[in-house]
Amino acid sequence: MKIHEYQGKEILRRYSVPVPRGEAAFSVDEALAVARRLGGPVWVVKAQIHAGGRGKGGGVKLARSLEEVRSRAQEILGMQLVTHQTGPQGQPVRRLLIEEGADIRKELYVGMVVDRATQKVCLMASSEGGMDIEEVAAHAPQKIHRLSIDPVAGLAAADCDVIARAIGIPEASLPQARAALLGLYRAFWETDASLAEINPLVLTGDGRVVALDAKFNFDSNALFRHPEIVALRDLDEEDPAEIEASKFDLSYIQLDGNIGCLVNGAGLAMATMDTIKLYGGSPANFLDVGGGATAEKVTEAFKLMLRSANLKAILVNIFGGIMKCDTIAEGVIAASRAVHLSVPLVVRMKGTNESLGRQLLAESGLPIISAETMAEAAQRVVQATHAATR
Amino acid sequence: MSILIDKSTRVVTQGITGKTGQFHTRGCRDYAFGRQCFVAGVNPKKAGEDFEGIPIFASVREAKRQTGVNASVIYVPPAGAADAIWEAVEAELDLVICITEGIPVRDMVVVRDRMRKANSRTILVGPNCPGVITPEEIKIGIMPGHIHRKGRIGVVSRSGTLTYEAVGQLTEMGLGQSSAVGIGGDPVNGLKHVDVLRLFNEDPQTDAVIMIGEIGGGDEEVAAAWAKDNMRKPVVGFIAGITAPPGKRMGHAGAIISGGKGTAQEKLDALEAAGIRTTKNPSELGALLKSVL
Repeated sequence: MKIHEYQGKEILRRYSVPVPRGEAAFSVDEALAVARRLGGPVWVVKAQIHAGGRGKGGGVKLARSLEEVRSRAQEILGMQLVTHQTGPQGQPVRRLLIEEGADIRKELYVGMVVDRATQKVCLMASSEGGMDIEEVAAHAPQKIHRLSIDPVAGLAAADCDVIARAIGIPEASLPQARAALLGLYRAFWETDASLAEINPLVLTGDGRVVALDAKFNFDSNALFRHPEIVALRDLDEEDPAEIEASKFDLSYIQLDGNIGCLVNGAGLAMATMDTIKLYGGSPANFLDVGGGATAEKVTEAFKLMLRSANLKAILVNIFGGIMKCDTIAEGVIAASRAVHLSVPLVVRMKGTNESLGRQLLAESGLPIISAETMAEAAQRVVQATHAATR
Repeated sequence: MSILIDKSTRVVTQGITGKTGQFHTRGCRDYAFGRQCFVAGVNPKKAGEDFEGIPIFASVREAKRQTGVNASVIYVPPAGAADAIWEAVEAELDLVICITEGIPVRDMVVVRDRMRKANSRTILVGPNCPGVITPEEIKIGIMPGHIHRKGRIGVVSRSGTLTYEAVGQLTEMGLGQSSAVGIGGDPVNGLKHVDVLRLFNEDPQTDAVIMIGEIGGGDEEVAAAWAKDNMRKPVVGFIAGITAPPGKRMGHAGAIISGGKGTAQEKLDALEAAGIRTTKNPSELGALLKSVL
């Protein structure tokens, strides 16, 4: 789960990581009120969307008067912000963060993730702040410093100093940097974050260390013990189809192709998408229906896929290990009737009662195309797509 | 022989009284030598009772003392699953197979750290995995037993149904399996591809291996690098997720391409560079394996 920058900064503040004074604003009037409370002479008006690259996309602007705060806020609120992470259609801006300006001497980077190889939290830091850490990793990997953190001992103050020196924090500012790193680690650990990034962490002209940005992702498996994090969820930033899917315990991701896929199991779902691509088609979605492909779940899945105007055909691929194929067939038939399915449907089922399942599909009177293997199913659905396009 | 488990393995089921635990314990007990293998369950509140004849104990340690179990399988819900793993490790079992899906990553970081610091010899498989099967002897987990046949092909995979797909193809071609291991789709887990390759390499009953990976992390690359210098048996591979967009988590917590790393193409290249034949068509996994025998 992702949150906004201003929410991330509130978390950082709670863990004693210095952040600029600032508040969220949902309207131009609120933006002005916040700016007045903060006082000048310089403010930063920042678009709050979940995607990165907001500055380059024109979503972060300086203002040197209240009048400028107003005009900047007017410009940014409601704009369709396009960044390298939003896709070409962009994301509408509904919230702003109004902050005091900072006197930046140096831009640095600090971030934390769980490293799968060491199975520990890894602190990454770099003197190259303000740009994508992936870019630094590609061009100047020697400028990224890494530290594995012992989960029992936590982050040691001495280690913080080593990292801080390595990224160019002067001696006089070490205590500040230490506090920022310790706070960031505690925030990461205690909130069950999966990613925490401060980019840039800045050194100001007067030697303070301040988090100018805050990016947090949280482990969705741990949200059950963090109602305070769940409360920060902004549904406007999420794909409506994915939200709908989660209500029915379906794992769904919208893609830009035209062949809907309904599969049980994440690995098989990806493999099905790959096979469609291999035969020249393009998947419209990832959809893992999970263990129980019941009529209700399949119906909801069909409805989700049919939301896409591009959809030309649907491929159902179920490996019915414990689930019986005749039960799955009944579910698919009921769902097809329930949604009055009008696009071609290819079904591949494998496992217990396979032939009985196929027989049910054949006798249903519905124009369902059966396939034996994944490859055959993919070929058929691609053919059906071409026929539908012609 | 086989790897990890055979008909002499004795299993305690943690979470035997829950709906999932009951359903799959029945399935495992009814498979091959299951009746002699599944000898105990754990639930502190129901100690002294039994589940369809399988005695329930207060703790894993107690189950081990009374029945001599050397392996456990875990169906405990996510919030308590990491503690259940630790309980089995403390009881010094040889093997713990954790089926539970949805365990917080932090809990796994903590329990893996404890296992390392305790120099534990317990092998963990999973979490979020289908389990392990040695066909016609024992199945520990949620896979459909009937698609498997006894034989000489090893299978290792991060996913469930995709593993069944590969096993199904092998069985249809008349190629049985020595063991099939689902290592699970979580970012912090126990056995990794490389560990399972090592075991298959040493198993005289395994002639060749199918290794199935997916996007995210670098485990497949590590396994490939090891196999290049050490594997004496043919390995074929498939990586799921060539069509997956970066930054999106594809169902499994571990299946995400982040920062341009962990792509299917990178993994396929690493496998090929290590002499592991790969296919982009998962329907051809069985045929590919047959071609290298």
